[in-house]
Parts: sequence; structure tokens; C-alpha cells
Amino acid sequence: MKTLLAVYRAQLKTSFLLYLQYPASSVLWLLGMVLEPVIYLVVWSTIAGTNGGAVEGYRAGDFAAYFLVLLLVNHLTDNWVYYEFQERVRQGLLSPLLLRPIHPIHADIAQNVTYKCMMLVVMLPAVGVLALVFHPTGHVTWLSLLLFFPSLLLAVFIRFLVEWSLGLIAFWTTQMSAVLQVYYVALFFLSGQMGPLALFPVPVQVLAQLLPFQWMLAFPAQLLLGQVDQHALVLGLVAQGIWLCLSLALMKLLWRLGLRRYSGMGA
Amino acid sequence: MSMRYITLLRRFLQFNILRELAYRGNFFTQIFQSLLSLGFGLLGLAVIFDHTGALNEWHPAQILALLGIYQLVGGVINLVIQPCMQQLMSDVRQGTLDFTLLKPADAQFLVSTRQMQLWKLCDIVLGLAVVGIALAHLGATVGAGRVLAFAFVLLAGGSIVYSFWLALATCSFWLVRVENILVIFQDLYQAGRWPTSIYPAWLRWTLTFLTPVAVATTIPAQVLIGQLPWPTLLAVTLFALLALALSRRFWLFGLRHYTGASA
Repeated sequence: MKTLLAVYRAQLKTSFLLYLQYPASSVLWLLGMVLEPVIYLVVWSTIAGTNGGAVEGYRAGDFAAYFLVLLLVNHLTDNWVYYEFQERVRQGLLSPLLLRPIHPIHADIAQNVTYKCMMLVVMLPAVGVLALVFHPTGHVTWLSLLLFFPSLLLAVFIRFLVEWSLGLIAFWTTQMSAVLQVYYVALFFLSGQMGPLALFPVPVQVLAQLLPFQWMLAFPAQLLLGQVDQHALVLGLVAQGIWLCLSLALMKLLWRLGLRRYSGMGA
Repeated sequence: MSMRYITLLRRFLQFNILRELAYRGNFFTQIFQSLLSLGFGLLGLAVIFDHTGALNEWHPAQILALLGIYQLVGGVINLVIQPCMQQLMSDVRQGTLDFTLLKPADAQFLVSTRQMQLWKLCDIVLGLAVVGIALAHLGATVGAGRVLAFAFVLLAGGSIVYSFWLALATCSFWLVRVENILVIFQDLYQAGRWPTSIYPAWLRWTLTFLTPVAVATTIPAQVLIGQLPWPTLLAVTLFALLALALSRRFWLFGLRHYTGASA
């Protein structure tokens, strides 16, 4: 445990220094992260406007609150390691990482934590400005705030493990761009990135309940905004618990099987 | 002189065909990905029009036409503009641009045509098909004049997008990490899926003048459904000519900087 802490301290320090090389990058990344929720916020608000103010009970202000909180949750759960895995496998970048007496996921976690903290510096002001532009409405209670953090933390871990496992698919295929595109489409519709899942047809909602995507994004956001009733709250937290176990098991399994393949490839 | 450039273009095409034929499996992956991205757009439309009859006075068939154009223009960007500009930036960083500059032809022409991802033609074909279906749904009779105007405005929009990319890629003569900016263009291009009139003024202006997303998608769609007044068409033409001229000047300026820095 003590070694792990020391490793994390060292990893955080290096990734922080690496980050400082290109501090301006965060502003560019910010633009990319902010734009998509803004587009769909505008689309849904436009529909609310033409429908006499609301879509299925969601008013423009509710959409604004939903998408702004989702933007934050998306950032805090975000992870890009699956983009790098293809190169790691193809160019053998994984080999030096394997020589270390510690699972390579820890280095990724540390890097991810640094990125999130540094990005918050530009993200929070941006959300503030967007709030001034789009006038979000919603009632955050102490209870929802209190429940939000554990749920967010679960979402962070589930998404990290799911996407790390996704990256591991690179052990088996070279067509990662197609795999990632499928993942992106599923994530976009089933996690609530396109809009609150209540606005989707019932079969989609059922599918979203069964898959992990919703529990990585929409659920914590709606929990904070008080858009989840007591029954759905319990259900959601249980689902998050189950998916945490499942994604951890999946990651471990794929890692073991994948490593066997990787060494088979000559490393 | 111009004959030589046509020959060059043909050679680049041959070379790229040969290269792509070495990876035939990629063709199927690309078809799959093109269909997936189209399906992604269609699903989005289905969800949206489940709740409304028209998005800011754009009817489903009109938005469908816009989606087709989005796919088509995106295909053109991925077919030649993006691969060329990425190659250019990597050449600048590694100093291998020297080989291109030494060749006895216009360097801008060479860097803008030599790389193609030919399988991306799938996106163009699919996009055209969707535009055709949308037009059939609109039931409007589209005369030869309008088709010509549409082709013309697509060309103008394409020129503006190309100029924009060339200007960004030229920045790599001074800045090392421009790839980030290119990622941003991909993100901004997403906004072209929807008519720009729905966005608040600040975003609409950004999408029209700062990054030419609106010119590339919304305006051609408006021409096709007969909503665009002629003065705008004229303005787009002037904008395209200006963009081409300015990006050319900026490229030449950047090139001088390149020789000064490394050679």
C-alpha cells in the first residue's frame, strides 16, 4: 500500500510536469468538449420553443442545467487511453510498461487525475459563462449533492475500467477505429449525451438500463438535479455497483488474455 | 504547363489507388464505418423528429438533405484535405518537406493533392444517395439551374474549407503542436449537422466566419431546397476567392519562414 502511494506521488508529479509543457492545449480541448453539449442543448431548446416551451416536461432551463452538469460529469469521467492502446500494442510501447513491477493501469489513472484537475481550471469558468448564456434552472438539494459524489465516483471508475477494457481490444484487432466508432455511437445515445433518456423511445430506455453507459454519465447528472425519484435512485446505485464489479472483472480478464496474445506476438 | 499538373494529378491518383489496394480489407471496414456514421445521423434525426414536426422551420426531409450534404462534404475533407494537411504538418515537423520543395512544381499544389484516402469515397457516395432520397421526399422539382448553383456553392464551400485547413497547417511552420487545432475542426464540424440558424448569434458567427462550417453544409442545403437568395450566393463566391487568395499568401509567407528556419 505504501509503495502504491509513493508510485502515485511520483506518477502524478511526472504527468503534471508533462502537462505543463503544453498548457495552452487545455483551452483547445475545452472547446472540443464544450461544443457537443452546446449543440444538443440548442437543438432541444429550439424544439422546446416550438412546442410551446417544453418537451415532455423539460423546459429550456432544464435542458441547460442537464447539459451543463453532464458536461462536467463527462469531463470528470472522461478518458482517452483507448485511443492510445492501438499504438501501444502495435509499436510495442507496452513492453517497457510490463517490465515495471506494477500494473500499467496505475500510471494511466495518475495521468488521468492530473488531466482532470488541470482541465477543471478552464472548465469551471467555461461552465460559469455558459450558465450566464443559457440560464439553467433546477433545484439541487443537500441530499442530492450528498448522493451525487459517491455516484460520480462510481461513474468515474466504471467508465475508466470500461474504456480501458475497450482499449485492450487492440490486442486482437488492428481495426480499432471501427471498434471505437461503434463504442462512440452507443455511448452517445445510451449515456444521455444526446439528451435526457426519458425523451427516447421505450425500447432504447430499456436497453440503456441494461448497459453501462447511462450509469457512467446521465445518472449522476440527473441525480444532482433531482430528476431521479427514490425508486430509480436505489436502482441506479445498485446498477452502478454491479457494473463496477463487472467492469473490473472484464478488465482483468481481457488483460490476462490479451497479454498472452501480446507475448505471442514476439515481446 | 497546366497539362503537367493534370498528369501529376493522375499519377497521384494511381499511386494512391495502388496503396489502398494493398489493404483491401480496409474497404469493408470503411463501408461499415460510413454506414455507421450515417446511421448515427439518422438515429439523431429520428429522436428529434419524434418530438417535433420541424426544427426552426426546417422539415425532416430538408434536415435529411442537410445530413446528406454533411456526410458528402465530410467525405471530401477526409478524402483529400485532411490527409494532405496532416502529411504536410508531419513533414514540417520532421523536416522532410525539403523533398517536396525541391520538386519542379508548385509546392502548394503538391502538398494539397498527393495524399488521398480513397475509401472515403464511400462517404461521398452515401451522402449523395441521401441527398437524392431527401429531394425525392421533398417532391420539389429541382431544375438544372438549381443543381448547377448547388454544385457551384459546394465547390465554393469546399474551397473555403480547404483554405482554412491550409492556413491552419501553415501555422505548423511556427507552432509544433497544431494537431490539436485540427481535432477542434472535427469537433466544430459536428455542428454542421444542424442548420446554423438554430444557434445563438455568437456561435453562428463563429461557425460562418471563424470556421467555415456553415458555408460548407447549411448554405449548400439552403441552395438545394431553394431558400437562398442570390446575393448570399454572390457573397459566398467572393468569400471563397478571398479565402483562396489569402491562404495562398499566408502559405507563401510561411514557406519563407520554413527555409529561413531550417535550411
